[in-house]
Amino acid sequence: MVGALLHQAEGAAEAVAGSPGLAKYAWVVPLLPLLSAPLIMFFGKRLPGKGWILGVGSVGAAFLLSLGILWHFVENGFGIYAASVDWFKIGPLQMTLGEYVDGLTAVMLVVVTAVSLCVHIYSIGYMHGDKRFTWFYVVLSMFTAAMLNVVIADNLFQLLVGWEVMGVCSYLLIGHWWEEHVNSSSAIKAFLTTRIGDVPFMFGIFVLIAATGFTTSNIQEIGHIVAGGAISPAVVSIAALLLFGGTIGKSAQFPLHVWLPDAMAGPTPVSALIHAATMVAAGVYLVGRMYEVFIHANPWVLQVVGIVGGITMVGAALLGLVQDDIKRVLAYSTVSQLAYMVTLMSAGPAGRDAAFFHLFTHAFFKALLFLGSGSVIHACHTNNMSEMGGLRKKMPVTFWTFLIGSLALAGLPPLAGFWSKDELLVAASKGHEVVFVIMLATAVITAFYTIRMVMQTFTGEYRGHGHPHESPLSMTGPLVALAGATLFVGFLGAGPAKAVFFDWVFFEEPELVELVPWIALLSIAAATLGVVAGYLVYRRWRDPDPVRAMGPVSTLLEHKYYLDDIYWKGIIKPIRDPLSAAVYWTNQKILDGAVNGAARAAREAGDGVQVVDKNVIDGAVNGLGQVTGFTGGLLRYLQSGNVQRYAAFLFGGVVILAVIFTRI
Amino acid sequence: MIRLPLVLFFSAALFSIGVYGVLARRNAVLILMSIELMLNAVNINLIGFSNLWKDLAGQVFALFVIAVAAAEVGIGLAIVILVYRNRETINVNEVNLLKW
Repeated sequence: MVGALLHQAEGAAEAVAGSPGLAKYAWVVPLLPLLSAPLIMFFGKRLPGKGWILGVGSVGAAFLLSLGILWHFVENGFGIYAASVDWFKIGPLQMTLGEYVDGLTAVMLVVVTAVSLCVHIYSIGYMHGDKRFTWFYVVLSMFTAAMLNVVIADNLFQLLVGWEVMGVCSYLLIGHWWEEHVNSSSAIKAFLTTRIGDVPFMFGIFVLIAATGFTTSNIQEIGHIVAGGAISPAVVSIAALLLFGGTIGKSAQFPLHVWLPDAMAGPTPVSALIHAATMVAAGVYLVGRMYEVFIHANPWVLQVVGIVGGITMVGAALLGLVQDDIKRVLAYSTVSQLAYMVTLMSAGPAGRDAAFFHLFTHAFFKALLFLGSGSVIHACHTNNMSEMGGLRKKMPVTFWTFLIGSLALAGLPPLAGFWSKDELLVAASKGHEVVFVIMLATAVITAFYTIRMVMQTFTGEYRGHGHPHESPLSMTGPLVALAGATLFVGFLGAGPAKAVFFDWVFFEEPELVELVPWIALLSIAAATLGVVAGYLVYRRWRDPDPVRAMGPVSTLLEHKYYLDDIYWKGIIKPIRDPLSAAVYWTNQKILDGAVNGAARAAREAGDGVQVVDKNVIDGAVNGLGQVTGFTGGLLRYLQSGNVQRYAAFLFGGVVILAVIFTRI
Repeated sequence: MIRLPLVLFFSAALFSIGVYGVLARRNAVLILMSIELMLNAVNINLIGFSNLWKDLAGQVFALFVIAVAAAEVGIGLAIVILVYRNRETINVNEVNLLKW
């Protein structure tokens, strides 16, 4: 049905590449998990495996199709394939549902489906025995569909729909274990905080569509119009800034980054999929997708982007230093790495492409790290690294894969993180010296806290209780797969290895990627510095932790720069308390009054009805009965039992009849 | 040739005696006999008019009535015997269970 419609609309489609091939069927990719979600919901509990087979099957099929699309592009050259069907019309504005497939879309499809597939498989083991196991897979499928929709959307409204559904799924999954109050409040916090960014995002869409004279919401067309200079730079700047609001919320950038560490309350596979690899990357993706708008805005807009990213990058990395919760370390490192991408968005098209390469590699190794930490948590039943230690021997697969992920995060060659960070540094070195320096500093901190995490978790003596053991195959399998990806995907964008990635994902013209020796050496030096320092400090278990014994600096970091307190005391309480008082008053006086009044009126009416019922209706019925009984009581004396009296009546009747008839 | 009014008077007298017997007698057997009187009064009427109109249908009816009356008396006496066996009496005033 949808397919038929899509093919009908192809006449108007804008196909640039030779033959679209499999790209024509890109719309099937989000459709698969979208269909599996309700199927799992309604039939999952009755299926073998309680629904995971459907989830893994649909995402696996989507992954294969995505690979096919990417492969088609690699074989036949990268181009653009776009098609859409009409959705509905508002005034002059025709809404469409469509797909826009270029190299970036193809890569993103592969990333999202690959990570999602790993997480789906991993969850079989991790969520085993959970009482909402089936529901977990429903939301996971729904989330995957929404993210894929964001990736292939050809217009802003379709993108917004996916964007918001992702937010809902994130909320549901963070609060998956809502019985504990902390988890449900974390879910609410995440939802509301990202919503603060979503509102400007929505207004950004409105501004852009209004600026086109309400003619289109198509991303490409808006890009052409903006590039053509038909819209004044001031309006474009406002739109870009508003859109960036959505990125700040979704990609957890300063000052709205506070939700992401708390989102770690959700099950770990969720953190890996949503809060590390895909959803949080959607903000970066949005900036890159709407890049025409950003580079045609006033230059200060991109400066704002760079400043926000820079602050977040260092700030989050420093916070990652003092965390004891292994997932919070990873959460802050995610915020910090996303800030790398956001910052580089401000460095022009070269920065944009490098940022996408980092998004690509980061998705794999960060998902690997999260799933690895999940494996550790699964074994130790705690998130705190102070209760771990010495797990290297007990969980060898987890240790080695986690180590690969950590070194990739630290940025050591030849792992994926090194190559993408190198591209970022090269892009920043061309006229963005401040960014360059901040990135180097952050790289040192990143390497340090990463090694701290590895050492505290896997070396030394086991400090917890119980007997940790290696996780089942369904969990170690995805770890090994992702570790393999982490080892190899870096070469796709490596200067010495032809850097094919930049032929796939580019803005206007493919970048020429070369390895700049001094930058690479500097990058390795920074990473090595952090790694060695971390190793020396944490060679053996120290109590108290040195990073927590730095006086006021530690206090500041442990309180997360007091941001949460400021938000709580300065924003949430002043708004919440009068609001809740007002709501309480309204509830008590107006709503309760109305309800009570209605109840009283109903009772009065009931009394009235009862009177009528008793006296009129019952009276009529009873009266009828009494009259009948009374008459019967009189008449029964005729029934004497004396046959001869009956006969007398009979003859009497005959005589009377005879008289009457003879008279006539 | 007997004149019709005489026949009718006779028949009416017989019928009245029968009615009186049915209403006034207490003995069930006598009541049955009184019913016989009423039936025979009817027979006399039928034969009287049959003679008047020279039509044999009346006499045929009378024969039928006699046969039916015989059957009716048979059933009636059987009932009386059963009543007697159950109640040790055939006084109809005492057979009055079926009342208010």
